Amino acid sequence: METLIEQIKQGKVWPFPGGIHPPGQKHVSTTQSIQRLPLPQKLVVSLKQHIGANGKLIVEKGQQVLKGQALTKPSGNWSVPVHAPTSGIICEISPMPSAHPSALPELSVVIEPDGLDNWCELKPISDAAALSHDELVDIIHQSGIAGMGGAGFPTYVKADSRKDIDFLIVNAVECEPYITADDMLMREHADGIVAGIELMQQLLSPKLTIIGIEDNKPEAIAAMKKAAQHNHNIIVQTVPTVYPSGGEKQLIKILTGKEVPNGSIPADIGMLVQNVGTLFAINQAVFEGKPLIERVVTVTGNTIHKPGNVWALLGTEIKHLLDCQGFSPVPQQRVVMGGPMMGFTLPTVRIGIVKATNCILAPDHQELAEPGDEKACIRCSACADACPASLLPQQLQWFAKSKEYDKLNEHNLFDCIECGACAYVCPSEIPLVQYYRVAKAEIKEQQAEQIKAERAKERFEARKERLEREQEERQNRHKRKPAAKSDGEKQKVADALARVKSKSDAKESKSAVAAAIARAKAKKQSPDAELEPDNSEVAKERAARKEQARKYKEQKALEQGEENRDKDDKKSAVAAAIARAKAKKAAQAAEDHVEAADAAPKDDKKAAVAAAIARAKAKKAAQAAENKGDAEEDSAPVDDKKAAVAAAIARAKAKKAAQAAENQDDAEEDSAPVDDKKAAVAAAIARAKAKKAAQAAENQDDAEEDSAPVDDKKAAVAAAIARAKAKKAPKEQAQSDDSHVEVDSKPQPDTNESSEDKKKAATEQTQSDISANSVDTEIKPADSDVEQVSNAPESKEDKKKAAVARAIARAKAKKLQQEGNDKS
Amino acid sequence: MTLFYALIALGSLALVFGLILGFAAIRFRVESNPIVDQIDTILPQTQCGQCGYPGCRPYAEAIANGDEINKCPPGGEATVKKLADLMGVEAKPLAGGEQADPIKTVAYIREDECIGCTKCIQACPVDAIVGATRQMHTVLIDECTGCDLCVEPCPVDCIDMLPIKETKQTWKWQLNAIPVTQVD
Repeated sequence: METLIEQIKQGKVWPFPGGIHPPGQKHVSTTQSIQRLPLPQKLVVSLKQHIGANGKLIVEKGQQVLKGQALTKPSGNWSVPVHAPTSGIICEISPMPSAHPSALPELSVVIEPDGLDNWCELKPISDAAALSHDELVDIIHQSGIAGMGGAGFPTYVKADSRKDIDFLIVNAVECEPYITADDMLMREHADGIVAGIELMQQLLSPKLTIIGIEDNKPEAIAAMKKAAQHNHNIIVQTVPTVYPSGGEKQLIKILTGKEVPNGSIPADIGMLVQNVGTLFAINQAVFEGKPLIERVVTVTGNTIHKPGNVWALLGTEIKHLLDCQGFSPVPQQRVVMGGPMMGFTLPTVRIGIVKATNCILAPDHQELAEPGDEKACIRCSACADACPASLLPQQLQWFAKSKEYDKLNEHNLFDCIECGACAYVCPSEIPLVQYYRVAKAEIKEQQAEQIKAERAKERFEARKERLEREQEERQNRHKRKPAAKSDGEKQKVADALARVKSKSDAKESKSAVAAAIARAKAKKQSPDAELEPDNSEVAKERAARKEQARKYKEQKALEQGEENRDKDDKKSAVAAAIARAKAKKAAQAAEDHVEAADAAPKDDKKAAVAAAIARAKAKKAAQAAENKGDAEEDSAPVDDKKAAVAAAIARAKAKKAAQAAENQDDAEEDSAPVDDKKAAVAAAIARAKAKKAAQAAENQDDAEEDSAPVDDKKAAVAAAIARAKAKKAPKEQAQSDDSHVEVDSKPQPDTNESSEDKKKAATEQTQSDISANSVDTEIKPADSDVEQVSNAPESKEDKKKAAVARAIARAKAKKLQQEGNDKS
Repeated sequence: MTLFYALIALGSLALVFGLILGFAAIRFRVESNPIVDQIDTILPQTQCGQCGYPGCRPYAEAIANGDEINKCPPGGEATVKKLADLMGVEAKPLAGGEQADPIKTVAYIREDECIGCTKCIQACPVDAIVGATRQMHTVLIDECTGCDLCVEPCPVDCIDMLPIKETKQTWKWQLNAIPVTQVD
């Protein structure tokens, strides 16, 4: 029995099942040699023109590139570079419609040719035999060669095959109608192709190389036979014209009688198939150093005046190809990339050609009719007869329609090469291939999702595990913590803290008592010291600072009070006579306070100084001072606060009293003719006011003691009311000088404290001009005091509230004034 | 007497075969995938919790214990169908009345609005968000399951669920669609 190689050498071919015989239409485009086209206006070079990953972009917008210069650098798996097809400037790098039925945008480099067509530096190799395997593979890789038969599989991957290759099969079949690109290439460049074959032989050292050419290309067969004469390892095999004998698996079957098992690649059975175009590109890359920047494209169809083959630069827009060959479109013109059987209609002609584009078909409506309506399957089984992969197309069709993907897999859907033979023969015009394509995409998506789900699950579980671990660690840490620090260490920490504290205390000129307290506290803390002492320390320091600030403020206030007193000193002589009544009352109020404080001697000292002045005021001031002294001695914040409050109150009263006296004094001086009666009245008024003020102050006192913001608010409100009254008083006074009674009998709408105050104010107003004036001036200091009181550390909010209250009060005052206007 | 012989003979035969069968049952036992694992592989593993269980595995366990099979919105009708086949029950429409064929989405963080609070990182069941405190966060699109658990915790609402962009790999022929052609 003859060996397989002998059989092949004798010219035996093994027909594959099925296949169809569509009209070739190849003569149309073989009448003239391959033309060169004028440079297009722009070139749209898609970064992805092959199966695999994109290369890494190494040029940028605006850059000048030379012909053959690499635009991308291969990175990662199966990525091959693309090159500038001509010299020019990169005017854009952006996603452009791609050569795909969807025309989904793909990142592309748009080059504007400069017309010079300057080559970059080329490195042709004359002695390829001297190159090592890896060097040769690298040249093929860097030249960006990808399968030019249609699939665009990176050639360097095939060339670097790790499996033993018995047969190198050269695919020169070109079975699809209309396409003659390989045919013309073989006729014109047979030597180059054979040189490419020999390079592949060098790489793969196959036992035999078979060039398969259909018998409808006699010129090509002759040319190839002539070119391959010298190499006895190359056989040119003529195969019968059947569509789709150009399919990889079909060609292997025809030439060697072997079938590629389901799910494996030809290399698994020692076969490797290369397209003639690819081999020519390898030859160009090695012997001329030119990367893959152009290819032969058949431009044909009834709407093309000069159908033929052209050397088209990669990235040339299809529109340019059509225009150059004379294109007169018909209505509803279709432009197909690829052949009529496996090609796809392009959504736009503004797409650059890619490495796998072998044909542009622009048919009119007669030669490639629009598919009619799909009719019901009549189960004629013509599709099964035509199927080159021995599948059951009608069965697959039904499963695809009902989305039974498992059954599709059982029926080997993925062995379908989508040749379209079944759809071609279908009498019911069922677009069978489309159904398979959809189903395939669907299954692939499901598989991808399954993989993704698997990964998500893994990640989810990993995360869960991690969280659990972290939690456990945290718990362990907590458990270990107390044991970690020895008692000695704790003691050290506590000591250090105490030291720090005492230092800071010293700095703040605190008494030894405070230090002692701090030390005591530190001691107390030391036994169970953890991380907390730190915080408490800080808090204490902060409290101390606050205290200091408060004290400072008080001192300042006191000084102010003293100043006032000094002032009062001057006027005291006059005031004493008038304000005795007031002083009495104030003294009464002060006595209440004095009861709380029992450091009387100090009182006396101050009283001596202030003797000339109104006694009440002096007493009050003294009390405030004394309170402060107590507070300092105690260094207890609560006492301090109380002291501060008391001081503030005292001050307020003192001021009020003094001013009232002063005012009255002035008033009396001004209005000398006013008799004693009026003075008496004023005094009475002053007394009333003083009482009121004291009350308000007391309220404030309480509030402060509670240190509740609500009370602050009340104080603010009171202040606002006071101010409103003050404002109202002079104005109304001006208006209702004559109509005291009317103003007096004004209805009081409010029911709260403020209304009471208002009423009082109103009554006061009715008294006299002088008193009105005094109201004005009297209440202001109270005001300021209230503000001072509310100046406590956390008074920001309160200030705001006070401002609001003031605004309200102002509004009320206005209203009252208006009412007063109306009345008068 | 013959009756006894017959009984003894048959009885001993039955005993021998019984022993053989019993041995074979143990020795050649077929290890079948536990039902929970099978259900778990059908579920989409988004870990979104829309079924009311904290993840896909707990829901798989619940289904194995008799819970409804139509509580998985991300899986859509396809998942319900598969579960129905596996469990031998009738396929039902989705419980929430969701779309039969849900649109796949992925989270997208508007990065200039992100304040770096790490809340979304803690919420992500598959660790598909990277970032650090006060640093901008971003989503690993390939790892995102589109569960939208990260959307709610975001204090500045800077996370959008965007439909996955169609690529040439995911593109499908539209069989009954009106062909769209660009006019130029």
